[in-house]
Amino acid sequence: MRFWKKVLAIAWKDAVSELRSREIISSVLVFTVLVIVIFNFAFGADQEKLSSVAPGMIWTTFVFAGMLSLNRSFITEKENGCLEGLMVCPVSREAIYVGKALSSLLFMLIVEAIALPLFAVLFNIPVISVQIIVITLLTTVGFVAVGTLFSALAVNTKAREMVLPILFLPIVIPIIIGAVKASEMALTHGSWSDLSSWLQIILAFDVILTVVSFLTFDFVIVE
Amino acid sequence: MAGEQDAATRPLAFKIQGLTKSFGNRQALRGVDLEIEAGKSVVIFGPNGAGKTTLMKILATVMNPTSGTILVNGLDLKQHAWEIRRNVGIITHQTLLYGNLTGYENLQFYGRMFDVADLPARIREIISVVGMTARQHDRVATLSRGMQQRFAIARALLHKPSIVLMDEPETGLDQEAIPLLWNAMPDEGGRRRTIILVTHSLERGLELGDRIIILDRGKIVFEGVREALDLARLQATYRNSTSVSV
Repeated sequence: MRFWKKVLAIAWKDAVSELRSREIISSVLVFTVLVIVIFNFAFGADQEKLSSVAPGMIWTTFVFAGMLSLNRSFITEKENGCLEGLMVCPVSREAIYVGKALSSLLFMLIVEAIALPLFAVLFNIPVISVQIIVITLLTTVGFVAVGTLFSALAVNTKAREMVLPILFLPIVIPIIIGAVKASEMALTHGSWSDLSSWLQIILAFDVILTVVSFLTFDFVIVE
Repeated sequence: MAGEQDAATRPLAFKIQGLTKSFGNRQALRGVDLEIEAGKSVVIFGPNGAGKTTLMKILATVMNPTSGTILVNGLDLKQHAWEIRRNVGIITHQTLLYGNLTGYENLQFYGRMFDVADLPARIREIISVVGMTARQHDRVATLSRGMQQRFAIARALLHKPSIVLMDEPETGLDQEAIPLLWNAMPDEGGRRRTIILVTHSLERGLELGDRIIILDRGKIVFEGVREALDLARLQATYRNSTSVSV
């Protein structure tokens, strides 16, 4: 119970801070909208072409938007030495990890909740469906779980914006492939049973990456 | 005689033995041995790169030592870091405050982290001690550096720690606020706090420390009590025992 109180306090602090500054959500949203508009010009109104490239388009947008968001996650903690302030508190490192992951998850879900209707309107593709929402939720959980770990690792390096994608993308690739394949089936009116194998792969990686990140965060964060 | 008896019976706040810390090939701390009695103020001087901040980070449980043992209030630092953190407050040249939160919200956040009892009352009390009641609902980023440092002092003392680690705590404080910092330090509920202070000001250190330590290239090169030193002697000792001159 005490663990979750501290997790929520960390997430609350991040949410209030973000509400005031809008540093993460506004920059990520601008990026997302720009990418969607560029794709819109590139692929035009050819529905056949669009339905084949839509899953790739959606996940390319979300992956790079997510990376922008995760890059900022621990930079705010480095300003004024706040990470040190957090580390001298009597809280487990795991609580810090879960709290930071929870706030990153919230920010990414907000961006995705705005981006998906935009995809639907601009490309006329059926992305507002239960299947796509489930795929997006599951993928974002795994993405954020491992991204939070690597964001903490990258923040202590000089070229952090470069280090994060280099370390992070190879690890998260299986989840992204699963998301692209599952989305492709969902957009071509596949049934839940068609999707299930890809959903299981995403879920399995979610569990593995979350547990590994949770257990290794302490080693990453301590100097 | 009474003082000797007091010293003999006073428990140790810190017992450090053979402490080393390496960053790759560079040794930041090279076998530091140090005992600090509870309720005493120890001032650490040393040139840049002497290992002062590394020592403070290890004592604050932010950094792991390469080797050596540290007992804090009789508890092993490696095994009881959690309990130790409850009794330690830290003030550095950085405020450790979130700029987008108000001073009050920062204290509220840290109070939750430390499970401070009756948090709103304690926040009001500590904010009044540092003289920031009128600005408690302003965002920290909009405050002057000195005002931010006052909130940093409030943050460090919020959970009534018995030990305070201070690394250049006067950074940004105006002349009016410096006495406020030191007046807030000595006591909490009738007991003296143990204070470790890192500073470059020999005058200030001599004024505040019960014991003076000089660290150079990761080793303690001088240790003495304040009564045996005056400023001229301390300056001469510093000059002779370190690799730089004052």
